[in-house]
Amino acid sequence: MSTIADQQLQLNSKGQLRHFLNISGLERALLTEILDTADSFVSVGEQAVKKVPLLRGKVVANLFFEASTRTRTTFELAAKRLSADVLNINISTSATSKGESLKDMLQNLEAMACDMFVVRHAQSGAPHFIAEHVCPSIAIINAGDGRHAHPTQAMLDMYTIRRHKGQFEGLNVAIVGDVLHSRVARSEIKALNTLGVNEVRVVAPKTLLPIDVESLGVKVFHTMREGLAGADVVIMLRLQRERMQTALLPSEHEFYQRYGLSRESLRYAEPDALVMHPGPINRGVEIESEVADGAQSVILKQVNYGIAVRMAVLSMAMSGQMAEKNTLQVNR
Amino acid sequence: MPLWSLLKVGLLHSRQLGRSKGNKMQELPDVSPLMDKMTEDLKQLLVSRAVQNPVMVGIHTGGAWVAERLHESLGLAEPLGTLDIAFYRDDYDQRGLQPQVRPSSLPFSIDGRHVILVDDVIMSGRTIRAAFNELFDYGRPASITLVTLLSVNGRELPIQPDVCGHELIIQAGERVKLAGPQPLALKQVKVNS
Repeated sequence: MSTIADQQLQLNSKGQLRHFLNISGLERALLTEILDTADSFVSVGEQAVKKVPLLRGKVVANLFFEASTRTRTTFELAAKRLSADVLNINISTSATSKGESLKDMLQNLEAMACDMFVVRHAQSGAPHFIAEHVCPSIAIINAGDGRHAHPTQAMLDMYTIRRHKGQFEGLNVAIVGDVLHSRVARSEIKALNTLGVNEVRVVAPKTLLPIDVESLGVKVFHTMREGLAGADVVIMLRLQRERMQTALLPSEHEFYQRYGLSRESLRYAEPDALVMHPGPINRGVEIESEVADGAQSVILKQVNYGIAVRMAVLSMAMSGQMAEKNTLQVNR
Repeated sequence: MPLWSLLKVGLLHSRQLGRSKGNKMQELPDVSPLMDKMTEDLKQLLVSRAVQNPVMVGIHTGGAWVAERLHESLGLAEPLGTLDIAFYRDDYDQRGLQPQVRPSSLPFSIDGRHVILVDDVIMSGRTIRAAFNELFDYGRPASITLVTLLSVNGRELPIQPDVCGHELIIQAGERVKLAGPQPLALKQVKVNS
């Protein structure tokens, strides 16, 4: 989908967020607004009552067509901290397994007065399809679609970087591992370039890189020594064995030897480099336990910030969607 | 650009518009003598209520500026807290999320504490209602004392300040805002709605 089409679908007539599907098409000012709003929501987690009444009376449905624990839980917590009512639809036992089409199921949920869908789907573009053709008046949040995009994960990673490094200017960020199957990497590359880091690098064997990866705006490296030299942030990706249909790797052991983040290979990066991972981590496959639990690791902080960032996205999209409805009513 | 300077630009613009239409603007009092009066009134009130060791919380943005000065002149032990009530507003369905929300910061537990809540201008009372709700999500204060620099007509909720620098009657379509932080000055503004 083109950048302009992404923009038109995601923003209302006032340029405010109404669906959050993809980083592509969103400008730096809007990404910064998400990060700033998330900043304010972090303090909600410090209250005795960890809730604000912003989405009281709104219904958020979590539609996870693909397994997830962390993302679904943090979306649920985010919606609950905004005082929304949350429905978790277990797709495997729901009506689609009885032959109901996706469209019929969603329109039934719409008839139950749901205000927002959080969608994860194995097919790239499924959340776009829902936002464009099925339920345009419901705010759609992409919680990961196929190999395409995972924009809230990218934004929580951006939040983590800004929180710990202060700014994006001048930073060298290395993304290491299975870029080919990673929707997180695609969204991160887009977000990092939009927010203006110095350099985005990918470090991986050729078999785990998409064709024409340079066109995403990255420098390609095939060794940790070169790729991590001078890096301020190292983002490790999980080896997505469940998505590998052909023999892309000689063996996990060899992958770890060449591309695993160990105490030794981390020394190539800057001494204060952040170690990040979107999870779930495979200890000893792409990252050494001592590094994952080490002083430079912010992996668990990413999870915590994820709640505030998702609160920001949910409240902004709901706000933009309501503004659009109010505009339509006035013009009618 | 900080929010207050944007506010000032907007204010200047609306003042000029007001003048060009020949509208008369009310004389607004200087802030500094009001602050002195409020400090004295607040000290007396705290004595009469036997409040000891209170904490102070200012509402973003103008209320926090007023609170900074009161906090200093009262010499309170605990640092000043600030609230941004944007997430507790009652007009989210109509107006959506306000841009530029600042984090609330209460660097103390408010459980069992006497809280002095400070805002710049009270009009409808809805901001204070929102602030009460937010405060109670942090804990159960022993008491809340409400201090405002200015009280104008137009109350929509039964909420009155305990200490108030000045009371003012304004016409429909008028508002009074506090410009700052240096110096603090009350400004009259026209609004469309």
